[in-house]
Amino acid sequence: MTEQTAEKIRITDSTLRDGSHAMAHRFTEEQVRGVVHALDSAGVEVIEVTHGDGLGGSSFNYGFSLEDDVKLVAAAVDEATQAKIAVLLLPGLGTVNDLRMAHDAGASVARVATHCTEADVSLQHFAAARELGMETVGFLMLSHRVGPEELAKQARIMVDGGAQCVYVVDSAGALVLGEAQERISALVKEIGHEAQVGFHGHQNLSLGVANSVLAQQNGARQIDGALCALGAGAGNSPTEVLVATFERLGIPTGVDVQGAMAAADDVVKPFLHRLPFADRGAITQGYAGVYSSFLLHAERAAERYGVPAHEILQKVGEAGYVGGQEDMIIDVALQLAAERDRAS
Amino acid sequence: MSEATRGARGVVPPREGARKLTAAIVGPGNIGTDLLVKLTRSELIDVHSMVGVVPDSDGLARARKMGVPASAEGVDWLLKQPTLPDLVFEATSAKAHLANAPRYEEAGITAIDLTPAATGPLVCPPVNLDTLSDAPNLNMITCGGQATIPIVHAVSSVVPVPYAEIVASIASRSAGPGTRANIDEFTETTARAIEQVGGATRGKAIIILNPVDPPMIMRDTVFCAIPSDADTKAIAASIEKMVAEVATYVPGYTLRAEPQFDEPRDIWNGMARVAVFLEVRGNGDYLPPWAGNLDIMTAAAARVGEQLARRKATS
Repeated sequence: MTEQTAEKIRITDSTLRDGSHAMAHRFTEEQVRGVVHALDSAGVEVIEVTHGDGLGGSSFNYGFSLEDDVKLVAAAVDEATQAKIAVLLLPGLGTVNDLRMAHDAGASVARVATHCTEADVSLQHFAAARELGMETVGFLMLSHRVGPEELAKQARIMVDGGAQCVYVVDSAGALVLGEAQERISALVKEIGHEAQVGFHGHQNLSLGVANSVLAQQNGARQIDGALCALGAGAGNSPTEVLVATFERLGIPTGVDVQGAMAAADDVVKPFLHRLPFADRGAITQGYAGVYSSFLLHAERAAERYGVPAHEILQKVGEAGYVGGQEDMIIDVALQLAAERDRAS
Repeated sequence: MSEATRGARGVVPPREGARKLTAAIVGPGNIGTDLLVKLTRSELIDVHSMVGVVPDSDGLARARKMGVPASAEGVDWLLKQPTLPDLVFEATSAKAHLANAPRYEEAGITAIDLTPAATGPLVCPPVNLDTLSDAPNLNMITCGGQATIPIVHAVSSVVPVPYAEIVASIASRSAGPGTRANIDEFTETTARAIEQVGGATRGKAIIILNPVDPPMIMRDTVFCAIPSDADTKAIAASIEKMVAEVATYVPGYTLRAEPQFDEPRDIWNGMARVAVFLEVRGNGDYLPPWAGNLDIMTAAAARVGEQLARRKATS
């Protein structure tokens, strides 16, 4: 009797997108080419390349890119031999026009991200992506903020709008094991016969890989990672750890473990200024459910206004701010500084 | 409604013998219904009718209850009426307005467009109300534009602004299906208006919907790149003066903190920056006060209508 082979999952590497947060959006074309070459050689099938906040993210609010997104996408496309290049787009920030330019540069996967309750702002963009012939992925950010049933309803809106896969995105690294599992199951039940389900984990509570395994066991077929965990907050599920772990579990990913480890160690690690780490700020994000990308912005505001970063993050969590509201970090820092001045 | 409320809204009393203009509201959603409440208070404008396409619309029901003729048969119904209005306020979607605009013009009705279609000149009352053209179609930009462009203009009237960026955060519940289906039009029209009306060389706009409960009050942040040797005191004074001006028609328009000036940085192309943090608390005419985005849009549109009425009275 032959042993049953497990269904293959697809790893999407986001070093060059989520990792852009940790690099303050200062990736060079040379770094992009090096990372794409290493990932492509290791067999990673989808590589995401964009400003951390997606197309059009280059701004005062999120940080200006060193290089234009479209130029980096074109370089990535040029470097890849088998991998598809994906771009992220947050409606309200990037537009269909930005997506067209990325598509013209060779991007073939459109990942459209909304807050987990606002899926209906993505319909314009899914329609445009499908019209352009792009593969489509929906991203429900800060998925911990709503329950599994509500999240599944939002996934349904995206699938009806043209998404071919919808991700449970743990933007705050706040989902604890069963919470990730329940959300994946709810999405598989709702959209599983028409679309795939994916999981995007963060390491703020060090559960990115464990949650990814639970996601796979509950039916997720697309999993995100980043080399050296390079990403917002304490970073993403490390691609090289995901690949090694899934191989040990007998789940095919199509990615060579040695190749992924070499890409992390030899290509990414040398250009990092700091390795993602679960410090007080990042743990606070996982604990209080705060958008991971807020970390560096909170550190900058902390320095500028002389108030602790973790206090800013705690307040931001209490106020329920969502991805994109980086300006509110300065606002909170100003309020904390005013309170401090009144007290002294 | 009390006289006090009227005063607080900054409604100007009519001139001797001035004829009121009549106005239809097309689009009985959040914005149209909020506008209805404001226009029924105006001494210069009479509401002619409220027009929609969905029979069980809450906005249409509200209009009927207020004694305003209402129809769910769309613009076809409006243009068949024995007496046409002088003005139409359109609060549908950019797409619907593009289809309706030529029909209003043909019927001789001036359109005040509250969608981001932006076919006519862009209007932001504290910046260019006095120089309104006789165009048959005037565009109100977007809620985020009405909240932020006055500030961009306040800065650009003191120093050159090579780049301005705005972030508008609104409560999810205040964003109706029109806004959601038009989100690209919001960012594109607002960005264009930051340049054309605000006076920045290049503009960028960002909108965020936040579902937190209780809903968050509309917040707007304006970032302007400014020269490294800019007179920050003059800029701050210009901003504060502008905030007071907007507050004459949106009393809940306030600064959260003093304007924040940051030193030049290499990653800002050597420019310095001023950041302005605003809160827009609404009047609670239709949705509660957190929906400041409705309030600033409809209050601005009502001001434009009243200005046209005053001009008609003096011409």
